[in-house]
Amino acid sequence: MGANQWSLMDKCCDLCRHSSETPCRSYITCAVEGPLCHDNIECREKRRFRISEIKNGRNGLKISIGMGSCGLAVGARGVYDATLRELERRGLEASVIPVGCIGLCYMEPLLEIHKDGLPTAIYGRVEPRSVGEILDTYLEGDVSGASALRNRVGTAKGELEVPLLDEIDFLRYQVRWVTRNCGIANPESIEDYIVYDGYRGLVRALESKPEDVIEIVRKAGLRGRGGAGFPTWLKWSICRRAEGLPKYVVCNADEGDPGAFMNRMLAEADPHRVLEGLIIAAYAIGASYGYIFVRAEKPLMADRLERAAEDARRYGILGHNILDSEFSFDVEVIRSAGAFVCGEETAMLAAIEGGRAMPRQRPPYPATHGLFGKPTVINNVETLAHVATIMSDGWEKFASYGTGGSKGTKVFCITGSAARTGAVEVPIGITVRELIFKVAGGVREGRRFKAVQIGGPSGGCLPENMLDLPMDYESLTSAGAIMGSGGLIVIDDRNCIVDIARFFTSFTMAESCGKCIPCRVGSKILYDTLTRIIEGGGSEDDLRILEEVGTFMKNASLCALGQTAPNPILSTLRYFRDEYEAHIKMKECPAKVCSKLVSYAIEGGLCVGCGLCAKQCPVQAITKSGERLYHIDASRCIRCGQCIIVCPRNAISRR
Amino acid sequence: MDSKGVQLINEETKNIDRMVEETVRRYGRSRKALIPILQSIQAKLGYLPRYSLESVSSHLGIPLSNVYGVVTFYHQFILEPPGTYIIQMCMGTACYIRRNSENYRFLLSLLEIEPNSRTSKDGIFTVLRVRCLGCCSIAPVIKVGDEVYSRVNLDEMRRIVSFYRAKARTGSSKHA
Ligand SMILES: Cc1cc2nc3c(=O)[nH]c(=O)nc-3n(C[C@H](O)[C@H](O)[C@H](O)COP(=O)(O)O)c2cc1C
Ligand code: FES
Repeated sequence: MGANQWSLMDKCCDLCRHSSETPCRSYITCAVEGPLCHDNIECREKRRFRISEIKNGRNGLKISIGMGSCGLAVGARGVYDATLRELERRGLEASVIPVGCIGLCYMEPLLEIHKDGLPTAIYGRVEPRSVGEILDTYLEGDVSGASALRNRVGTAKGELEVPLLDEIDFLRYQVRWVTRNCGIANPESIEDYIVYDGYRGLVRALESKPEDVIEIVRKAGLRGRGGAGFPTWLKWSICRRAEGLPKYVVCNADEGDPGAFMNRMLAEADPHRVLEGLIIAAYAIGASYGYIFVRAEKPLMADRLERAAEDARRYGILGHNILDSEFSFDVEVIRSAGAFVCGEETAMLAAIEGGRAMPRQRPPYPATHGLFGKPTVINNVETLAHVATIMSDGWEKFASYGTGGSKGTKVFCITGSAARTGAVEVPIGITVRELIFKVAGGVREGRRFKAVQIGGPSGGCLPENMLDLPMDYESLTSAGAIMGSGGLIVIDDRNCIVDIARFFTSFTMAESCGKCIPCRVGSKILYDTLTRIIEGGGSEDDLRILEEVGTFMKNASLCALGQTAPNPILSTLRYFRDEYEAHIKMKECPAKVCSKLVSYAIEGGLCVGCGLCAKQCPVQAITKSGERLYHIDASRCIRCGQCIIVCPRNAISRR
Repeated sequence: MDSKGVQLINEETKNIDRMVEETVRRYGRSRKALIPILQSIQAKLGYLPRYSLESVSSHLGIPLSNVYGVVTFYHQFILEPPGTYIIQMCMGTACYIRRNSENYRFLLSLLEIEPNSRTSKDGIFTVLRVRCLGCCSIAPVIKVGDEVYSRVNLDEMRRIVSFYRAKARTGSSKHA
């Protein structure tokens, strides 16, 4: 697409007066359905033509490539370049669009082709060298090689052998509500967002009174998606009534929970939706300035949000007198310097103010005493995306999903040992079992399910017999896990539960800001105790220490980091106590993970002396010890298991 | 130290002062600007030399201890010059479950990095541990410069290291 090409955001003719200095109320609707203020067939046609070009591509040919962070990591850039090259070689004109992630991470890189008259086809695990062939067969009307189709036309070759996208297990149970544009719209184009119904929620909000916007969000039953599940409307309402100006809104895009990437996915794939939600929140509480606080390790998300804000500003959707509503608001994207605790709201405010990100005592809550001491609302990325969608589609639709106390949909990320990994948006209340076994296809080849970790470092591990629990705020909390940000990490039988509990504790110990003693010292005691158990020096008493110190931290820590840090331990003590006991009483790690309790050895009788293991060993721990025999030096061995994999005789074992 | 050395160092501090001044002008002389200013300096120099902290402290009127407190609180800031390539090893949960700690141990032995150092002796690599790069679904992942590598294993690590080693030797580009 040429840089100077006319866009829907531009004037159709001199009669249009909209600009960021002289805004027009009808600008958004006009851009897509217009012109509204005058009647001119040429102007109308120009808009219609452009809309069709965005939806169906130039000359009716459109190729979209998933280029979110994870797509790029598996080679989407090469696929993109190859696509441009192959099109040029064939003399074909088409739109080639970099889109965000649709959540099908296990199938990336993804390439989607649409040609008028053919079914829109999605190809998974595409390699640059296969792009030419995909193009040729598809354009000949043969879609048999596709992984999924968006629609059927009935005349393409092989059409019936390929499932519809909505029919594949990974998508069948999904409700694409906030993720509707992910993988479809070009995230770097505000024009795309408007064609796909964007900024309609903002228009509706600006036409209503702020109190009415809060009321709509209340009726929707939206609760914060950042972890705590606090009712969004209530926070807004308290802040709206609080004394003090200016007021601020902050978008929490710090997403620090390892295993959760739905915020990254949403902000990378559909940044305008997040921005729209933030502007609506600001309008509802009467804020004039906002910040989007983005995690340092997710730079693409910051770039996309920054670009979205720039574009919105250019077209009068952000800044002074937004769409002639007399409401003015602007935002700034802040790149975090990196610390997990920044995700905690009062710590985030301290970081924005330029200090060490240390949480402070609440109350007073930020809604009354926030940034620079002023009333401030902090909302998560996904919460804000929901706000925009609720305002555009109505609260009724949102509230029709979910359970009594937990309305709507939630995006979950399924990772670890799941057969299919990725992000899915499902109605709240789906069971954990459905998510893991139906959507994600269970556990990877040849492994057995052991546990699922939900809610990150603040969450817990659930065993097989707890999987019929519905995924809603209350049920998960009562089971010792939490909804948290919605990360599910599937753990198979090759992982040791005690080791994983220690992993989480090392995380919170390192990320504790050090301000309060229960968290700073408590996490160290927990870590040392677990280390003792893992290294074979544990005693019965240690389990009591874990429980006592854990419970104390829960009650006495200053912020939720320390209050929830013991959850991974307490939940595993509850469900996997036998594994702790095996380490303590038998000095044995049932999963053969804890290196002090396992050793690798070569069976003399089976070894034929081929030396493959010694060649493979990354640390040269294996040496020749006899004519037809090799030996493993336990002090050098890092227990990577490579030798076991390469041994043709199965002569190496873990003990 | 001979006079030439002193001159060189003076030259360097002057350069840093000039850069800090310019950065402060851009971001404003406020407490709120402290972190963006430090980030901008690190983006230019690759790390934060001690003198840059002193300079920021005096330009913003914030005590040096305070600036140092902020710098040491956040993971992003580096106080020693890093190697040509920064390798970020994800130590998030999804990557841990998929054995990235073994990759990490292997990388340290491959690069012969001493226990209390993060940079290889040849100055080519600095290895940092990070908590989740947001690519958990294609774990385990590592990042070299701006490039993310997914589903890595020991063989892949070997390949990546020799690729960047060769690149550093031919001196093609400093930051990939
Ligand atoms: C240690 C810690 C880390 C947190 N990290 C995040 C985070 O990464 N993203 C987020 O939205 N909320 C995070 N929270 C929750 C926030 O404090 C806050 O509740 C949330 O941003 C409010 O937004 P919501 O009401 O829209 O959920 C964290 C809380 C704690 C205690
Ligand atoms: S846990 Fe490694 S990328 Fe998220």
